[in-house]
Amino acid sequence: MSEKVLMKGNEAFAEAVIRGGVRFYFGYPITPQSEIPEFMSRELPKRGGRFLQAESELGAINMAYGCGAAGGQCFISSSSPGIALMQEGMSFLCGAEVPVTLLNVSRGGPGIGSIQPGQADYNQVTRGGGNGDYRIPVFAPASIQEAVDILYEAPSIADRYRNPVMVLADGLMGQMMEPVMLPEEKHAFTSEEISTAKPWAISGSKKGTRSVVKSLRLQPEVLEEHVEHLFEKYAVMEKELERVECEGLEDAEVVFVAFGTMARLAREAMELLEARGIKAGLIRPISLWPYPYSAFDRISPRTKAVVSVELSMGQMLQDINLGVKDRVPVRLIHRVGGMLPTSIEVVEKTMKILEEVR
Amino acid sequence: MATTKLFFAGSGGQGVLTMGQMLTYAAMYADMNATWLPSYGPEMRGGTANCTVVISPDKPVSCPLIYEADDVVVMNLPSLTKFESLVKPGGNLFVNSSLIDQKPTRDDINVYYVPANDIAMKLGNARTANVVMLGALVSVAPVVPVEMIYKIMEKTFSGRKAHLLDINKQAFHAWKG
Repeated sequence: MSEKVLMKGNEAFAEAVIRGGVRFYFGYPITPQSEIPEFMSRELPKRGGRFLQAESELGAINMAYGCGAAGGQCFISSSSPGIALMQEGMSFLCGAEVPVTLLNVSRGGPGIGSIQPGQADYNQVTRGGGNGDYRIPVFAPASIQEAVDILYEAPSIADRYRNPVMVLADGLMGQMMEPVMLPEEKHAFTSEEISTAKPWAISGSKKGTRSVVKSLRLQPEVLEEHVEHLFEKYAVMEKELERVECEGLEDAEVVFVAFGTMARLAREAMELLEARGIKAGLIRPISLWPYPYSAFDRISPRTKAVVSVELSMGQMLQDINLGVKDRVPVRLIHRVGGMLPTSIEVVEKTMKILEEVR
Repeated sequence: MATTKLFFAGSGGQGVLTMGQMLTYAAMYADMNATWLPSYGPEMRGGTANCTVVISPDKPVSCPLIYEADDVVVMNLPSLTKFESLVKPGGNLFVNSSLIDQKPTRDDINVYYVPANDIAMKLGNARTANVVMLGALVSVAPVVPVEMIYKIMEKTFSGRKAHLLDINKQAFHAWKG
């Protein structure tokens, strides 16, 4: 049993993927996640891996594409505008079915925006900014421990489905420190083991068979068949990867929906509301795709409003509405630009919303 | 025991972030839950620095962000002006009176004047001012056991830094209220 250690989010994220079997990292520094390339440049060479600082984010994702195609366990991280630059590569990774673990420590936008925390990448990460029909599972942890547990598991999820997996944290989680328990280090594939562990990979197999990893399929019939195959896989992922945490839905007058740091803020707002005699519940989507729509069926008939608490102009509202299906009024409490609401601000705005819908 | 929210502010180089970190380590060693959240931005020497620490003895910390604090430490004048309002009514404000010659305007809080830099100079190491202040804070508001502060000091000041352990322990107890 390992003991608790106090770690900065970014360093804990990096340690977690190494323990999860990752041995290759390609990155380009960007605040608020620059501690990750720094940590990787120091740690990976010591642990039998390789660190490479790319010339740009575009370089990094394409290096991961090559490394992943060759069967390497690889990880890349960036923050919002850097993730935007990587969108083309993500579409290619999905088309060629190359498993890579991705981490977005998000900040304010649009454009180069600010370096303070934001959640306005919701549409970018759940809908995807690359071309073509593809899906990437996205997990949004709310504590450093949860992020560590998910990042530890992410490389094996990516391998299982031969698809990239994204973890979405916000800048605040990257910068804060919290005690964590680090999991036991998994066995990392050696280059000799890759040809058996990943028979599809371009690993220099001596079996006499050719491995082809590509997203180009010029014949329409072939591409159609391939896209249908991808979506059969995504249907399985939708069943197997949905994760959500619900609290106090039974008798809630108001239900918050929030992910990441905002879920922790909503949890404190619940405590403050309870002291004012108002029962509040929480739906915390941990997987943003697949989105836990069915959790909204558990909302009580006594609930008067569903309130999304977001660091965006309400990008999650579309998914919430798909879950709520017009059964309860849906409202938004938000701050943007790197500004953060306080729990008391959420309480006051919730009181106003309740007055309005009563 | 209830959750304690603490806030530390000063200028870069005053050891403000370290004060918060020491407390967070001590809380972890005492099997409590804790979060440490620094301000971050385009950093520069002499710029402002602050951090928020939330300690919860029994349950996980629900929120690392705060809207009011039980205890606030201000190490320089701009921090006093900016963060006096953050102290919750009945809470504690610790003022580094070596560098701050103004008094807080509020009368609904407890104010402790700690001449942290003067005490540290007298001890012979000006860089222990933050530990003097941390000692004052923990003596007024015992949020973590003193032995756990010793434990993090012993881990920090070991090897090549071992000679600094004694003076830091002295600094921790140097303020006598």
